[in-house]
Amino acid sequence: MENRSRITILMLPPALWLVLLFIVPLGIMAVFSFREGSFGAEREQFTLENYQHFFANRSYLNLLGTSAWIAFQTALIAVVLSYPLAYFLSFRAGEARVTLLTILIVPAWTSFLLRILSWKLILGSGGVLNTFLLSLGVIQEASPLLIYSRAAVVVTLVYVWIPFATLPIFSALERIDRRLLEAAADLGCPPWEAFLRVTLPLSLPGVIAAFFFVFIPTLGEWVTPALVGGAQGIMYGNLIQDQFVRALNWPLGAIMSLVLMALVLVILIIFNRFIRISDLAGA
Amino acid sequence: MRAQRYLSFGFAYYLLLALFLYLPILVLVIFSFNDSTLLVYPLKGFTLRWYSALLNAHELLDAVRNSVIVGFASSFVSVVFGAMAALAIARFNFPGRGFFLAISSLPLVIPYVVLSVALVLLFAQIGVPLSLFAVGVAHTVINIPYVMLIVAARLAGFEQNLEEAAMDLGATYWGTLMRVTLPIAAPALAAAFLSSFTTSFDEFALAFFLTGTENTLPVYLYSQLRFPNRLPLVVALAAIIMLVSVLLIIFSEWLRRIGTQTTPRGAE
Repeated sequence: MENRSRITILMLPPALWLVLLFIVPLGIMAVFSFREGSFGAEREQFTLENYQHFFANRSYLNLLGTSAWIAFQTALIAVVLSYPLAYFLSFRAGEARVTLLTILIVPAWTSFLLRILSWKLILGSGGVLNTFLLSLGVIQEASPLLIYSRAAVVVTLVYVWIPFATLPIFSALERIDRRLLEAAADLGCPPWEAFLRVTLPLSLPGVIAAFFFVFIPTLGEWVTPALVGGAQGIMYGNLIQDQFVRALNWPLGAIMSLVLMALVLVILIIFNRFIRISDLAGA
Repeated sequence: MRAQRYLSFGFAYYLLLALFLYLPILVLVIFSFNDSTLLVYPLKGFTLRWYSALLNAHELLDAVRNSVIVGFASSFVSVVFGAMAALAIARFNFPGRGFFLAISSLPLVIPYVVLSVALVLLFAQIGVPLSLFAVGVAHTVINIPYVMLIVAARLAGFEQNLEEAAMDLGATYWGTLMRVTLPIAAPALAAAFLSSFTTSFDEFALAFFLTGTENTLPVYLYSQLRFPNRLPLVVALAAIIMLVSVLLIIFSEWLRRIGTQTTPRGAE
């Protein structure tokens, strides 16, 4: 009985705060998707036209598809690059492994925008890489292709996400009972086969978690494409952002967000058991 | 044995990726000392003029000040609410606990653009103008879950007997909380604060949607990216901020390391 009042006092303020600022806004967004316009009298009228417009115009959903493809490539490459890293840290780095992991995480907490700016300095047409390749004679003239393309978006996002993909894989590898590998070795299993039949399957939940930790936020990404994507590299998130910054069509923007949110929720529900949020908070 | 470990293929791979992750930071620091208004290779010469010019860049310094204010205020609120939830979740089992955990972790995985849109519409609906206040509120939504995870991990890491001992000796539940539990959790609280602050200080996607006339630093930086001749100044500031945040992160990791040791200091 006493516990009940303690729980209420501790839980009520944070729960109310999150409901008011997270759940309620999503509800308002849903209501807004039926409104005729963003401001004034139009805002008081309700209509289904926005939905008709959204689903009649195939280019919106096509761009969502493209964004899913970009997010898929990004997540796949980030996981493939992170796995050996996490494996090295967990199995080979010994006592130093947490320190070595921390060293990798540090850059991820410095300014995102400025690291992207730096990639522009490196990849841009007057950039470090182009001038370097020019001086080597590998290329004849500065190639602007290194930036403002879908590939530039993927490269930049992979760069951004590698530390976060490494964390869940590392945690999964850390949880593997090392005696299983000893047992495999005692029974005459060669190391690579032990890796394929013991380590890899047991680390799979971490790999799947890492994939979605990258895939889901990348689906709605708009900052990176705005900075390095150019016209070819825009994503679904840019479309949403545009409804609020230039087009000022809030109801349409609300529908686009709802569709994205629905997609994310479906993914989360299907892969729920693999996605351990606590892995994100650190090793 | 030890030498062999660090001559391995795995370590070479680690170094390669570490270099890849640090390269952009290195490039920015180098350019901040470059004596040219253009950020192009080859480098011209060494200068400190960008750093001295920073002192007169009022808009830039205003943006820094705004970000510091938003960071402090939102981190404070996040730590208070996050710690409260962590105390309940780590020590009690109650109906709705699992549901709350699931809901409160959603802001960690949901695309920020969805959250931005939802909050813009909320503030429009209730008539709160877009402002630094709105940005700070948004930052609490993304930081509370992190604080909760960090503090709950700390609370799960130490035995409850200290708390029980305090209560056996006549302390009330709240007295125990203030004089035993929170002091033990202090390193985790500090780490959670620092981590919230750095997240808020660097956060752009939400801030872009929610700022009014006053800019936070990332929003200001974004607006400057279109003017190449103003960039060297920004880069100099970036170099300073990156060094400071690297130091802050190392400090916060160190705090958290102490914070999650199984036995609290002095309790052996």
